[in-house]
Amino acid sequence: MADMTDVVTTPGSDTDPGVRRFLSLRNAPKPVRSLARYAGIIPFLAYIAIFLIVPVVAIVIGAFQNPQTNAFTWSNVNTAVHGSYLHGFQQSVILSLIASVIPGVFGLLIAYAIFTARGRGAASLRRVVITASGVFANFGGVPLAFLFIASLGSSALVTGWLSDLGLNIYNLGFSLYDLSGVALVYMYFQIPLMVLIILPALEGLRPAWREAAENMGARSWQYWRYVGGPVLLPSFMSCLIVLFGSALAAYATAEALTTGTIPLTSIQIGTFLNGNVLAGQENVGKALSLGMVVIIAILMVFYVLFQRRAAKWLR
Amino acid sequence: MATLTPAAAGQVISPDNSKKRRGPQDRPAIWRWVILLIAGVYFVVPLYAALRFAGLSGFKDVFTTPGFGSSLWLSIRLAAVTWIVSMLLMIPTTVYVHLRMPGLRRLLEGVTILPIVIPPVVLIIGVLQVMPLALRASVWLLALEYVILAMPFAYRALDAGLRAIDVKTLTEAAGSLGAGWLSTMWRVILPNMRTAVTAATILIVALVLGEFTMASLDLKQTFPVWIVLFDQENAQISVAASIFALFVTWVFLMLITVIATRQSRRTGGGEVTLFTVAPQQTIGN
Repeated sequence: MADMTDVVTTPGSDTDPGVRRFLSLRNAPKPVRSLARYAGIIPFLAYIAIFLIVPVVAIVIGAFQNPQTNAFTWSNVNTAVHGSYLHGFQQSVILSLIASVIPGVFGLLIAYAIFTARGRGAASLRRVVITASGVFANFGGVPLAFLFIASLGSSALVTGWLSDLGLNIYNLGFSLYDLSGVALVYMYFQIPLMVLIILPALEGLRPAWREAAENMGARSWQYWRYVGGPVLLPSFMSCLIVLFGSALAAYATAEALTTGTIPLTSIQIGTFLNGNVLAGQENVGKALSLGMVVIIAILMVFYVLFQRRAAKWLR
Repeated sequence: MATLTPAAAGQVISPDNSKKRRGPQDRPAIWRWVILLIAGVYFVVPLYAALRFAGLSGFKDVFTTPGFGSSLWLSIRLAAVTWIVSMLLMIPTTVYVHLRMPGLRRLLEGVTILPIVIPPVVLIIGVLQVMPLALRASVWLLALEYVILAMPFAYRALDAGLRAIDVKTLTEAAGSLGAGWLSTMWRVILPNMRTAVTAATILIVALVLGEFTMASLDLKQTFPVWIVLFDQENAQISVAASIFALFVTWVFLMLITVIATRQSRRTGGGEVTLFTVAPQQTIGN
């Protein structure tokens, strides 16, 4: 078939360099050369391997080495999964759960709100929210901690407003410096991150599906229950996984806010790098890192599964 | 011809649509405003509280404090190197994948999400262990790692930019006019990706100017590290400075989308957004 169309085109087309190049472009993606096609992404993959994968693999190996002799040992890993370090993992996981599910739902609502907005001002609304998301998703550390200390610290602005209304949040068990407080602060970069990563999935939700559902008499909840929800769910879940990982990875913000009062794994790893280490435990930091890598690896398996599921409907 | 169609369709269909629907059109508007109001309060109030607490009086002192100039200069140089390496690496890769291997887009999306979930504190331990001493001693190691950290955002910005244009048709058209691969890239694809590239640039700069974890653990005094050291002496000023930096970044991002949309409208196109392709105006709800 392809040959026939080529023959039909003007005879002598081979002499025209433009046409020849056009034909060569059209014929380029042949299965025969499939391996060669991967050449185009080799620089990218090599960069990832050198600056991301190799360092992580080195840590995994180091987690099983005696710091003095480099001999194989379980003792680092053993230390890392007991006592205060085990507690650190538990706290980190709880924090990451809170700081991924709530911002995930809220971020989805915001993304959907701006994506479906129509009429005057809709474009400006989208512009403001998306650009602000790009900026806030990268915000963190001491400046972010200060924002919340100034507003929700024990004698800060918003705390004052609320106690004027007769609501003393610190008497109600809230503290900016415990897990719930840190989770609230994390949402400041988690919600914008969710908006950014869920938007491409919303793009795939065809307006035509909604119209088809409405034409068949579906109410709004029925559309979400039987069409929109099932299509969006895998993407939503994979975005939640990213948020969970992002919360788990956060270091600077928690460090600035709590100065180590809550045991979080990322902060514990940081102390090993700062040099406050007992002799013989130099590689426990690597074992803790290994723990994080294992959690992330499990998450990424689910991420891939959800993404594959999402690809069924969303291009 | 092609540019006429979407505009015409938008004009014809959308007024028609709004006449037909009565009830459902109003209901979503309420939840939309409730959500956006809550978000607005959550994001704006802490900024207001911090600015009120910090004040802007001592703002000028920042510029004369020792270390300000050198740390900012270091961060700027790091941002420049990170930007160059990111662009050289990411633009050809994303264009290539779009053109030749669209099936790999999901893989790329998955790979570029890794830097978000792999803790920088873990990564820097490994980096300090495996990199050759010469590289570890130099500040440029940070820039090379920032390329990794910036990847999720850079990739998403570039990918959305490519999805918004018809790369395949453009490349084929350029090819049929006799353009080579390099010429197509430089004179056809890149000019069409201007918005996406600018957005990626700003995000990279914002990331490098704000990154604390790796820089501090690598014992390099970049601007964010200096701010924290400085913070212990005068918290107010350093916070005011970082809020100011946040605001400037946002204004720049707003400006590029506004300018790009205006240019796109002039040539008959639609709204330009970052990270996502704007929804079609034709059939909405």
